[in-house]
Amino acid sequence: MGYALNFNLIWRHFDRLWGGLILSLELAVLAIGIGVVIGLVLAIAHVSGGRLTRAAIGAYVEVIRNVPLILLVYLVFYGLPQAVDIAYDATTSFVATLSLYAGAYLVEVFRSGLAAVPAGLIDAGKAIGLTPWQRLIHVRLPTMLRITLPALSNTFVSLFKDTSIASVIAVPELTYGAQWINTNTFRIVEVYLIVTGMYLVTGYAILLGLRAIERRFSIGR
Amino acid sequence: METSSSIPKPAPLLQIAGVKKQYGSVPVLRGVDLNVRRGQVVTILGPSGSGKTTLLRCVNFLEVYDGGSVQIDGQEVGYRDVVQKKFRSERDLARIRAETGMVFQMFNLFPHLTAAENVMLGLTKVRGKSKGEARDLASHWLGRVGLGDKLDRLPSQLSGGQQQRVGIARAVAMGPKILLLDEITSALDPELVGEVLDVVLDLADEGMTMLVVTHEIAFAREVSSEIVFMADGVIDTQGPPEDLFEGARGSERFRAFLSRFETHHRRR
Repeated sequence: MGYALNFNLIWRHFDRLWGGLILSLELAVLAIGIGVVIGLVLAIAHVSGGRLTRAAIGAYVEVIRNVPLILLVYLVFYGLPQAVDIAYDATTSFVATLSLYAGAYLVEVFRSGLAAVPAGLIDAGKAIGLTPWQRLIHVRLPTMLRITLPALSNTFVSLFKDTSIASVIAVPELTYGAQWINTNTFRIVEVYLIVTGMYLVTGYAILLGLRAIERRFSIGR
Repeated sequence: METSSSIPKPAPLLQIAGVKKQYGSVPVLRGVDLNVRRGQVVTILGPSGSGKTTLLRCVNFLEVYDGGSVQIDGQEVGYRDVVQKKFRSERDLARIRAETGMVFQMFNLFPHLTAAENVMLGLTKVRGKSKGEARDLASHWLGRVGLGDKLDRLPSQLSGGQQQRVGIARAVAMGPKILLLDEITSALDPELVGEVLDVVLDLADEGMTMLVVTHEIAFAREVSSEIVFMADGVIDTQGPPEDLFEGARGSERFRAFLSRFETHHRRR
């Protein structure tokens, strides 16, 4: 009762939060970038590959989507180096995990996007004599990307929030910065109020920016 | 025209013989024979479900025909061995499809490309033209269909009639041997139909070979050298428009089909 808010101690350490926010954004950008590549390659492999390829991709997607992200983070950071002879720092480990995680969701996004390309457009590509590969590159993928832009935006905002999980392996992103200030100042309420505000404002700003891009590229039917 | 006078009757450009097609157990085409000679405009009329669009789509193998043969310039369209039912390779099929142009009911313009880029895609990727050459050709053909000032518009910035004219330019710029028109005005507002049909009349005047599916009876009468009336997956009546319209020839079913249009028009 009678808790007196005191933000002074927080401002003194604000560089930790600011630096953490920048790192969170970097982690999210890297993960969506790598995730898009994984998603695209696997979605194309899925639509053009045989039954074995489809089954392998399906297994990857189901495993990733049905295991909590935090567990994947632990598995990759603590488990994998014990099983095989590799070494990496926490940040690299987290980027790899979040990219694989994003990839699994994006395979599904791109697969349904490819399926949503109007059949008439594919007919038009056939009619002018495009080969299947040319139709994929020049008709199906560009149309699919425009169809899936809203889903890509949502995925990016989700990934940005998911970067907070990196705090469990001491990656100095925004949530980790908040925890550091907690342990050193005990101003728990103040820190979490500020950090919540930072996630909220940044996430919303990203979404507004991406919606503007979507409008620019919408195919307007 | 490239026909030699020493040959009395040149082989038809398009030869459709005994073409059959089923969807599951439902027969759509039940043995269709139809020839189109160079410079001819053949129009297919018929009630919906009669198989006319399916037949048209068999000509560039957008639909697989199960029986019979479709040949353009003596080359079987979809099969490398029509008896053994061995399909052509995709690459081979693409090469053959490039010899026909098609215009669609729903336009089917590539939504991410401008009017000019829609025309250029086939020219650069299939015909191997440079960007500059393709752009010049696109500009020429879009000018011909009255869209010389809309080269850099996206399809979403064009009216239906304008989109369809881009669709025609895209097909014609490839220099096809035959143009396939699939109900190209059915999705248009009535006031936009004329501008599209005018372009087709121009092409017909220049000797473009065409196979047309339409519901515009007056247009069919004006543009066609031959009218084909399909019903239940077969050709019911066939002849030059003078015979069928002025001469009032054709089957009872065809006469009934026409009279429905006439009473409809009178009522308007």
